[in-house]
Amino acid sequence: MRNPFVAGRDGRATPAQALASYALVCAAVIGFFWLSLAMAGIALNLDFVAQFRTRIADGLLLTLEISVASLVLSCVIGLPVAVGQGSRILPVRYLCDLYVKLIRGTPLLAQIYLFFYIVGTAWGVENRFAAGVIILSVFSGAYIAEIVRGSLSSLDSGQLEAARAVGFTRAQTLRYVVVPQLVSRTLPALTGQFASIVKDSSLLSVIAVIELTQTMQEISASTFNLFGTYLVLAALYLVLTLPIMFVSRWFERRGSYAH
Amino acid sequence: MRIELEGVTHAFADAPVLAGIDFADDVSTLAVIGPSGGGKSTLLRIVGGLIAPTAGTVRVDGAEVPRDGEALARYRASLGFVFQDGGLFHHLTARENIALPLRAVHGLAEDRARRRADELLERFGLAAEADKRPSELSGGQRQRVAIARAVAPRPRMLLLDEPTSALDPEYTTEVLNLLRDLKDGGTRFVAVTHEMGFARHACSKVAFLCNGRLAEYGESAEVFSHPRTPELKRFLGKLLEWRV
Repeated sequence: MRNPFVAGRDGRATPAQALASYALVCAAVIGFFWLSLAMAGIALNLDFVAQFRTRIADGLLLTLEISVASLVLSCVIGLPVAVGQGSRILPVRYLCDLYVKLIRGTPLLAQIYLFFYIVGTAWGVENRFAAGVIILSVFSGAYIAEIVRGSLSSLDSGQLEAARAVGFTRAQTLRYVVVPQLVSRTLPALTGQFASIVKDSSLLSVIAVIELTQTMQEISASTFNLFGTYLVLAALYLVLTLPIMFVSRWFERRGSYAH
Repeated sequence: MRIELEGVTHAFADAPVLAGIDFADDVSTLAVIGPSGGGKSTLLRIVGGLIAPTAGTVRVDGAEVPRDGEALARYRASLGFVFQDGGLFHHLTARENIALPLRAVHGLAEDRARRRADELLERFGLAAEADKRPSELSGGQRQRVAIARAVAPRPRMLLLDEPTSALDPEYTTEVLNLLRDLKDGGTRFVAVTHEMGFARHACSKVAFLCNGRLAEYGESAEVFSHPRTPELKRFLGKLLEWRV
């Protein structure tokens, strides 16, 4: 019989092997935390979950709403920026370039404070939900621009020549060749970016957007159950991000046809 | 099909590739041979409307090759291209590679396009490969799918750019056999090729391109048995050096 913890020569694991090994790894991680809790002398109490379930659900829902809205808006920002980085109009190219560098080179926390208290105040963006979505989208848009720019530059010139050769017009080339190839190349990274947005939205708690993190902080402040709330907080983010990462992997496998 | 070239000149970023090609003849099957970098592929792309020459005119069947827009797309669609690496669309199955241009460019209904694709795949021995993407096919299979895509809309002529250069010898034979069968069925083509046996026996005319000039042109039997220019003599001599 095959060693249950060693993959075959082709690098693959049987479903039974995968299950056994995953269970082992999970047990080890949970065991480590359990041991740490015991050694630190902390008794875990999760009673607050039932007590505050409506507020937790509301926070979770708001986190999801912010994330989805930000994903959409950040694509709206990121796509033109990716194209703009290759523009022949130099101010446009450098503006896009500067945007990506500034956003990727500074912490999100600083961006949130600067935007909300300076730009937001000056331009009258007082709705915290709207401000949160805008900040997160501007932040994530820079990363999406980089993702899209990467797949744009990986488009093979032979594919474009073949498109011209079969008689496609420019519009048809875009529709039948460029867009499908870009989408399948971009989708895995884009989905991964969505998981990042979900996590990054937790920082919006600093401007008192009552999303999941802010909700849990409030609960923690009134119950003094710091460890319990943060453990549940982390678990709830995982509930959101794990399926997204799974989908990202699936896109990756489905799209791996070329090169 | 009548091809007329007048003073066709081309340069890539000031590097001259073609130095004034003049040519006029009725072409049924033509092999373009010559040393690498001699401008063969560039000439083929100019005739096919994929590159506009720096100077000179190209007329096919009496009409000048359009330079832009819808007319150019229609002109390209009237020809069938096969590239060295096949040029199949990575994201589409073999069947879709053939059927999509039939629908999008040639206006066939979905079921007719599909039937035409399946009929060609069957004829080229690729029926089992219809639902595979190019990355799942062997090099020879890819080239045969590319040829199937090229002939599917019944073009007036095929343009083949070194269709076997990237293939192992066994696949080369499989692709050349297919082209010979197409020729016997009346398909016309211009092929840039390094396969001298194919040029000599499967193509009625041969053009020898060297240093951007059309150095020699004629019936293939004649050109191969009695090369006139020293360049062609040297070129053919080099090829014979390692022959078994």
